[in-house]
Amino acid sequence: MTTNRQANGQDEAVPKIRIRGLHKSFGDKVVLDGLDLDIGAGHSVVVIGGSGSGKSVLLKCILGLLTPEAGSIEVDGENVVGMSNRDIERVRRKFGMLFQNAALFDSLPVWENVAFGLIQGVRMERGAAKAIAIEKLAAVGLGPEVGELSPAELSGGMRKRVGLARAIATEPEIIFFDEPTTGLDPIMGDVINDLIVKCVRGLGATALSITHDMASVRKIADRVGLLYEGKIIWDGQVGDIDTSGNPYVDQFIHGRAEGPIAMQIRAL
Amino acid sequence: MPILQPLGHTFLLFLEATGRIVMFTSTAVSHCFRPPIYPRLIIRQMIEIGYYSLPVVGLTAIFTGMVLALQSYTGFARFSAESAIPNVVVVSITRELGPVLAGLMVAGRVGAAMAAEIGTMRVTEQIDALDTLATNPFKYLVAPRLIAGLTMLPLLVLIADIIGVFGGYVVSSYKLGFNPATYLKNTIDFVEPQDVISGLVKAGVFGFLVTLMGCYHGYNSRGGAQGVGAATTNAVVSASILILCFNYFITELFFAR
Repeated sequence: MTTNRQANGQDEAVPKIRIRGLHKSFGDKVVLDGLDLDIGAGHSVVVIGGSGSGKSVLLKCILGLLTPEAGSIEVDGENVVGMSNRDIERVRRKFGMLFQNAALFDSLPVWENVAFGLIQGVRMERGAAKAIAIEKLAAVGLGPEVGELSPAELSGGMRKRVGLARAIATEPEIIFFDEPTTGLDPIMGDVINDLIVKCVRGLGATALSITHDMASVRKIADRVGLLYEGKIIWDGQVGDIDTSGNPYVDQFIHGRAEGPIAMQIRAL
Repeated sequence: MPILQPLGHTFLLFLEATGRIVMFTSTAVSHCFRPPIYPRLIIRQMIEIGYYSLPVVGLTAIFTGMVLALQSYTGFARFSAESAIPNVVVVSITRELGPVLAGLMVAGRVGAAMAAEIGTMRVTEQIDALDTLATNPFKYLVAPRLIAGLTMLPLLVLIADIIGVFGGYVVSSYKLGFNPATYLKNTIDFVEPQDVISGLVKAGVFGFLVTLMGCYHGYNSRGGAQGVGAATTNAVVSASILILCFNYFITELFFAR
């Protein structure tokens, strides 16, 4: 990690993403309640937490898709909360994102999905963009013939791979992974985890993932944060999660129904 | 006041929805004029809205023209005023029936499809994906559809006008015993440019409304398959009602003295 940080030429004191006091609620339901999080350049941070704990909301706030009520989100020292649309679009060019269900555009063939950020965002010529798309598909283990298929013809694991290829196609500085292994069999889940590690390392990118799959956490994380009741209540190195001594973390990683985390079984 | 409370609540909801639609519209229209413009997408939507609606609109127009001739004949024959039929047919079709029926048919065909497509993109996070790929969804999804709706519907209505008049002509000359040449001459002598132009202006407005409602309801759909279904229904219903409302006001603008 130290080497990564040096490779990125970033000062250790200035994290790539710094979140302070983030509040977001929907109606009466408070989802994020004063969340603080630092993500160092070149680090891979995984936020774990139960279903409905606000993990996806956190990602969407950082991307500017949702506007938080209070708090600041600094990307490379720039606060994105309350930024003008034009500036948000500029900051978003630093990001790539793998969506939970890949969110491929079904009106476009696979290669155009992968090349989308290059053609529309960077205004690259279509031929050159297609060559890069095929290269990125190869990087996630898919042949050029897959590029001509429509997303509807792909299996779940292939969709995730294409989504990953699309997320890395513009070589972003920061990549978000929204539950990358959900809905996949354990073997395919591991394949995706390996690809994530390979791609993030290959690009020297900063990664923020959200998941509740512990196998995935152990594979892709440098650091782990546990999100509970709108706050990061524990934050530490991935190696320390088994010996954290934190009852919330213990309950989560062992998947016990009994413990301090009371799952909301009934609707409010 | 348990009677006034729901009334006030409904009124506030109505105002809220109106405000949201106005803001959506102003954002969408401003993106129609600011680069980047996507010509490829505009052409694709023009083909979808214009070309593929031709059969539906054409069939509607020809049967409307035919039935119009038949009905006005039964009415006018009582006053021996059969000679007014060409005039009635051409004025009704160009001013009212052409644009309104074409607008309603396109609302059912295109507005519903747009709401379903954009709504599905919303619930499967494809719209969020557009944002993260530094592409504005208003520019990429909404603006091309609005431009295509605004330009294609007048063309469709122009064709519908011709087909509708032709329908009246066919019935009049082959069933009601009109002289074909006299029928055509009466039609051409009677129709004023303003009749056709007012119909085409209406068509442009209707095309804009249909695509706007399709995009608005799709863009704001929530909650999976059910939400998309509701968005589709709302898009068609709101577009149809707006078409009928605006039809009255545009008519008043053109013809009230």
